[in-house]
Amino acid sequence: MRDRLGRPPALLMVPAALAALLLLVPLVAMVASTSWTDLPGHLTSQVALDALRLSLVTSTVAIVFCLLLGLPLAWLLARVDFRGRGALRALVTVPLVLPPVVAGIALRSAFGRTGLLGEPLLDWTGFAFPFTTYGVVLAHVFVSMPFVVIAIEGALRSADPRYDDAAATLGATRWTTFRRVTVPLALPGVVAGTVLGWARSLGEFGATITFNGNYPGTTQTMPTLIYVTRQADQDAALSLSLVMLVVSIGVLIALRDHWLGTP
Amino acid sequence: MADLRVADRVQAAFTAEPGEVLAIIGPNGAGKSSLLHAIAGLVDVEGSAHLGGTDLLATPVRERRVGLVFQGQLLFPHLTALDNVAFGRRARGEDRRSAESVGREWLERFGIAELADRRPRELSGGQAQRVAIARALATDPDVLLLDEPFTGLDVSVQMALRIELGQHLRDFAGITLLVTHDAIDALTLADRVLVLDHGQVAQVGRPAEVAAEPRTPHVARLVGLNLVPDGDDLMAFTPDAVTVSLAEPEGSSRLRWKGQIATLAPHGDAVRLLVHASPDLLADVTPAAATELQLVPGCEVWLSAKATAVSRYGAREAGR
Repeated sequence: MRDRLGRPPALLMVPAALAALLLLVPLVAMVASTSWTDLPGHLTSQVALDALRLSLVTSTVAIVFCLLLGLPLAWLLARVDFRGRGALRALVTVPLVLPPVVAGIALRSAFGRTGLLGEPLLDWTGFAFPFTTYGVVLAHVFVSMPFVVIAIEGALRSADPRYDDAAATLGATRWTTFRRVTVPLALPGVVAGTVLGWARSLGEFGATITFNGNYPGTTQTMPTLIYVTRQADQDAALSLSLVMLVVSIGVLIALRDHWLGTP
Repeated sequence: MADLRVADRVQAAFTAEPGEVLAIIGPNGAGKSSLLHAIAGLVDVEGSAHLGGTDLLATPVRERRVGLVFQGQLLFPHLTALDNVAFGRRARGEDRRSAESVGREWLERFGIAELADRRPRELSGGQAQRVAIARALATDPDVLLLDEPFTGLDVSVQMALRIELGQHLRDFAGITLLVTHDAIDALTLADRVLVLDHGQVAQVGRPAEVAAEPRTPHVARLVGLNLVPDGDDLMAFTPDAVTVSLAEPEGSSRLRWKGQIATLAPHGDAVRLLVHASPDLLADVTPAAATELQLVPGCEVWLSAKATAVSRYGAREAGR
């Protein structure tokens, strides 16, 4: 608490302490009220294992798509000067601030059985996204993509563009430069964006349940399961929540150099 | 062969022959780096730069066969020294083994073969600069562009690298453009010197000519000469040809100036004065004289030079 500039004022210290407690207490309370004897049973139930497996699979597949599509978009925003770049960047951030339920409704409008794209898709192929695992992945991609694009674009922007110049004078095409110089130099940011997007996808609830409902084995992910379990069995919901907390802390540890790097 | 213009930065027309080293000197902001970057294709430019039968400026950057050694090197930090040197050949489609074997040859030529697996942050300044020059040369460019290759290095490293670079440049069959702010680089490495001033070519000539008859105050200062315009002529004379006195010198010579001492600094066995006259002049006096005349900054003095010690030449005559 000793500082060359004087003692930190109570006017700032008290709210700061309250903020920290507000964030910490619920998590501690959750861990404290978990029934440790029932925990193994709750976690090894078929429905819990199915939901956990589905959550991990859909989040991982979703993040692969986010990278395949979002990395090029981030590069475009960071490195190519074109009209409407600012507008496109703003557009990318919309799903970030959109309530997830609204995202689910929007996805319905586009990819539902009678949706703008969903209807022709159903007519031609007989396939529809809603209420399928594919639909879960689609919802995850929609909500996670902005995190991935914004995090990676920031990393690409902070990487010195003169390295791209150097690569070009050495005869590299833009694709070669992207692959061998731009992305490797921004790799820490790319990894951070990926992990962040994956965590967002893992916790995704609103858009997923609105777009896909809640079918065990196909669309019931961990957050949905926790929500429906809570209504019947508070203890089981606590145990499942603990798993998500552990995963979240794992993400934090993986990213500690990015977020906790400053003293 | 080149006649180009970078908006608000530089406008220059000049020729250079294969095998020739053309030094480009001038004060900060004269447009030296802009000129190199224009030829490499990294800034917007108007004009042309003919090389063989093609116009470089109309060629995409990656097809220009131009090797640019950046100020501050810009070695790829995530690649080893060898991968950096092999990068250009691999980017042009050569397979890894052959690109790496050429890369190794270049590292050997620069005497740093044992550093092949190090990353740039594990290299000293001089080592990194050698890797950067090797990276540019490994692509067999037609034009080598060196942007202040010795800036930021220790003086002893500069000396060694300058000698080394001189050997490589003698072996290099293409054109070399060497941007520098150091007269020694121009005098020791260049076949000809191009002086840029305010974005324009002020003088072109062999290093000895430019050093003997500078046409810009910047070059005169670099080679340690006083330069005084006199009508259509320029007069150049060395600081030790200047006589310093407190009283106005007698006689009818026009070669005298009154001014205030700005700085005094040891220079070899003498004391060198910078005097704010019009223009600023350098004068060397013996330490004994400096003490006897009680010379200190701010002191008003008269400077004079003998006509026989002054070299006079036309200000406008274009150098060759």
